[in-house]
This record gives sequence, structure tokens and C-alpha cells, in this order.
Amino acid sequence: MYIKECFYTSKREGESLRMYKFNGLAEDFEQALLNTDRVVATSIFRRYAEATEGFSHIERLVVNTLDQIGEKWERGIVSLAQVYMSGRICEELIDEYLPVAAVKRRESPRIAIAMLIDQHALGKRIVTSVLRAAGYNVIDFGQGLTSESLVEKTIESRIEILLISTLMYRSALKVRELRDRFERAGYPVKIIVGGAPFRLDEGLWERVGADAGSRKASDIFALLEKEVLS
Amino acid sequence: MSSMNRVLTTISHKEPDRVPLFLCLSFYGAKELGMTVPEYFKKPENVVAAQLAMREKYQNDCLYSFFYASIELEAFGSETIFVDDGPPNAGAPVLRTIDDVFRLEPPEIDTSPGLTRVLRATEMLKERVGNEVPIIGIVMSPFSLPVIQIGFEKYLEMIYFRKDAFERLMEVNDSFCAAWANAQLAAGATAIGIFDPLSSPSLIEKPTYIRTGYPVAQRFISKIKGATAIHLASGLTLPVVREIAETGAAILGFGVADDPVALKKEAEGRICLLGNLNGLEMTHWTKERAHRTVKTVIDQFGKGGGFILSDGHGEIPWQVPEEILIAVSEAVQLYGNYPLE
Repeated sequence: MYIKECFYTSKREGESLRMYKFNGLAEDFEQALLNTDRVVATSIFRRYAEATEGFSHIERLVVNTLDQIGEKWERGIVSLAQVYMSGRICEELIDEYLPVAAVKRRESPRIAIAMLIDQHALGKRIVTSVLRAAGYNVIDFGQGLTSESLVEKTIESRIEILLISTLMYRSALKVRELRDRFERAGYPVKIIVGGAPFRLDEGLWERVGADAGSRKASDIFALLEKEVLS
Repeated sequence: MSSMNRVLTTISHKEPDRVPLFLCLSFYGAKELGMTVPEYFKKPENVVAAQLAMREKYQNDCLYSFFYASIELEAFGSETIFVDDGPPNAGAPVLRTIDDVFRLEPPEIDTSPGLTRVLRATEMLKERVGNEVPIIGIVMSPFSLPVIQIGFEKYLEMIYFRKDAFERLMEVNDSFCAAWANAQLAAGATAIGIFDPLSSPSLIEKPTYIRTGYPVAQRFISKIKGATAIHLASGLTLPVVREIAETGAAILGFGVADDPVALKKEAEGRICLLGNLNGLEMTHWTKERAHRTVKTVIDQFGKGGGFILSDGHGEIPWQVPEEILIAVSEAVQLYGNYPLE
């Protein structure tokens, strides 16, 4: 049983106040996601959405929970499969919630994600889910791309932040070629990289000319905040 | 002491004359022969020539008959994407939908040109070295192969929600992978290395592994007619050391994710450890850094045997300079002699 009593009613000066115990709810939501239990996760999410007003509360629940799960993956406590499944479930919940609540996805900054050369796209899917679950709009340029075609797509779509997910070391090194092409084109895009090669070699993101490296998917929130505010 | 005796002694958790060195050099052989990677893998003679030359150059204690992971997928009808200076990569998954697994049959080993080339290279290596040097053949584990057979996302859906499809795929893969491992042993491989990254808690949480990958590994390894090693390809190993030892595997490949003290203690007397130089960092090491790191790793894991120095992923990247591999080899000769200081 994952759902604890999350709300209670107290009386003060004759007025009922519905109080919310955030921590207990967040823990239950996280546990449901880690158990890949869509039914329980959906139930908690809906109760929370009914009890709070505005997307910012929902966003906080989803972002904080996914960040906690990402932290636990970093510490070897949860698996990449659990990170992926949690992101997918949250993405589905937000997809369902936004139209009902008449909330539009964030269109700024303009973000795209892609894989250079590599074909197997789990990492890209995880980052996309995490961002979409937080209400961002993300353009997916796909996988197996050359640096030349990626530059064209980026400029054509007026992308401000380009996320590159990599699996193979050789593909990670290709980010340098990508950066050089953007510089020659005079296009000022921010490049954020992630994936196994960047986790195993911590200084690699700088050596290939990226603007930042991300060790786990939810790092993207802090990086985006930094980029947006800078 | 021959390389074979050195390795057999350390696997028995005793100290040989020095720490054995396994440099896992697969497509790196193309660089040795001055060829492109696609050209290199066309002929088994190339792999044999490069393996023998690199053993001499780096004083390697094994020969590595591994070509590339997706060669197994070629037998299923998939294609491999080659680049001139890096590892061949699997193309689009051979299974498009989860239900396609019910139409999948294990391919025959001898009708696959790629697998036949690997077997021929293994035979030729065996003819050249006999029992002096262990020849390590490689098989993807039945549990991890689906990542390139159907793609990670659909495979996770199967693991969590489609038990029928998961079991069918394991049945096909178990049959194929066991036949492929035994064919390599029959051709002269001394032992079979099993790449099984999904058994790492970094990728699949332990309770799910115990329910899925662990029984698959137990069944699969019981069918292999020779010694086996399991490599988790950089993933965390510590939480599953006991389970992996209980599959009957003699060696466990590990990366840099684990606590060295805890891992050595957990593996002691149970399973021989193989690792854990960071191949990607080796691309920009100095010779001094190579010496320092090899010494540290030997200090952490060498005592009492049960340890083979290697990289942590099962494959040396193309970009690692030759002089760094030579420096690693020199450092093993310098710091790896038993009794350790």
C-alpha cells in the first residue's frame, strides 16, 4: 500500500483548512514510480492535482521526484530502467493533465534533443520524458544524425539550447565537429551533452566544446535555469 | 610461468608470479595493422595477425577472438554499421514490435558468414599458441542481447509488463547464445566471456534481476561446456557479486563504479575480478598517470590472487595511444610481481 493519508482537515476560527503533507505524498509518488506502478502513481497525482492550484505545484512534485530518483541512480540505489520508467509515467501524467488544466507547454527557450551518429536512444528518451514531464516543449531531431544535418535542423528550427545524448565514445568526440560547424555558421546555440562517455570521463564535455555536461537526466533543470537566467 | 598458468593460478585465488594483464583489444587490431575497421574484420587472418602482434608488443596474457557485439545480430538478419576508426555498431533492431518475438527462431551458427569468420580466427589462434595463452571468446548474454535486438525501450516494456514475450525471447536467445559459446569452445577458445551489462544494478534493479536475468544466466551458463567470465561493462557489480558467482562464472569484469575495498572483500574466494582501468580516461593519460593508476589498482585488488588487470569495459578504445598501453604493460611488470610490496 503506497498511499498514505495525504490530506487532513482542521478547523480554525470556523473555517476548514485543507492541509497538505508534501513529504509523505512525494515519498509515496516516488515509490509508485520506482515500482513502475502506473495505477498508484496516477491516483496520487490526481489527488494532488485536485488539492493544489496552478501548474507550479504539479511541476514541483514531478521535478523534485524525478530529481530524487536521478540522485538515487547516481548513488547506485535505483536502476536506469527505473529512471526511464519513472520519466515515462510522469510524461504520460503531464500529457493528460495539461490540456485538462488548459496549461500550455513552455515554448521558451527553444529546446531540441538529438543523437549524433548513435542509433540506440534510451538516454535521449529519458531526457525527453523528464523535460516533457516538467512542461517543456522539446523538439526531437532523432538519432543517427551527422553534424552537418544537425546544424541545418538546429538553425532551421531556431533552437536556442541543443541537447546531445551519446552512447559511443566516438560519437561524443563528434560534438567538437558540431561546435566548429556552429561557429563557422555564426549561430550562437548552447550545447548541453550527456550520456555514458561523459559520465566515464568527467572533463570530456569541455574538451569537445560543449557549454555544459549533464551526469543525469534531471540535471537538465538546473542547467536550463542557469541558461535561461544568464 | 606461461600466461595460461598465470591466469589459472589467479582464478584459483592463489598468487601467480605476477598479476595477469588482459588488454581487451578487438577493433584496435585494425590500428595495429594500419587498416580501416571494416577492412580488418573481413578476414580472420587479419585478426589472428593483429592478436599475435599485440600480445608480443604489450605482453598481453590473453588473446581476444572477439570481433564486435553486433556480429551476433547479423546471424539474426540485422545489419552492422561500420566506421573506419571505431567500434562497429548495431543497426536498426531486427525486431520491430514486441509480438515479433513469437516469430523469431534461433539462427544456425554455421550459416552466418560473420560467426564463421570468428570461429576460423579462433581455430587459427589455437593452432598458433596451443595451451600457452588463454583464448577468450565472447558471447552477448541472452538477457542483454535484446537491447540491440529490439531496443532498450521495448525490452523494458517486455521485462516489466510482457512476461510471455520476455520468456519467449529468452528461450530463443538461450538456445542461440549457448550454441554460439560452445561452437567457440569447440574451435579452440579457452573460456567464454559473457557481456551482460543488464545484470548490473546500474541498469536493472536487483529485485527485477533476481526475477528475470539471474535465472536466465543460471540456465545459460549451465549449458556452456567450459569456463566463463561475466562482464558488466562498467556497471555497478558489488550488489550482485554473490549471485554472479553462484551462476558458476569464474571471473567477473568490473568498472570504476564500485568501492574497491568492499568489492575485493566480497569477491575474495568466490570469483576472480577483472578490471578496472578507465578506457576513456586512458585516451588522455600520461605515462606517469598510467604507472600510478596501475600501481593503485594492483594495490587495491592484487593481494592473494583472484585478480586480472584489465580495462573496466571489455574493450580498449581506438583513441588510446599505443605508448599508454605499453606504459600499462611496463607498470604491471614493475608493480605486479608477487609477493606484492
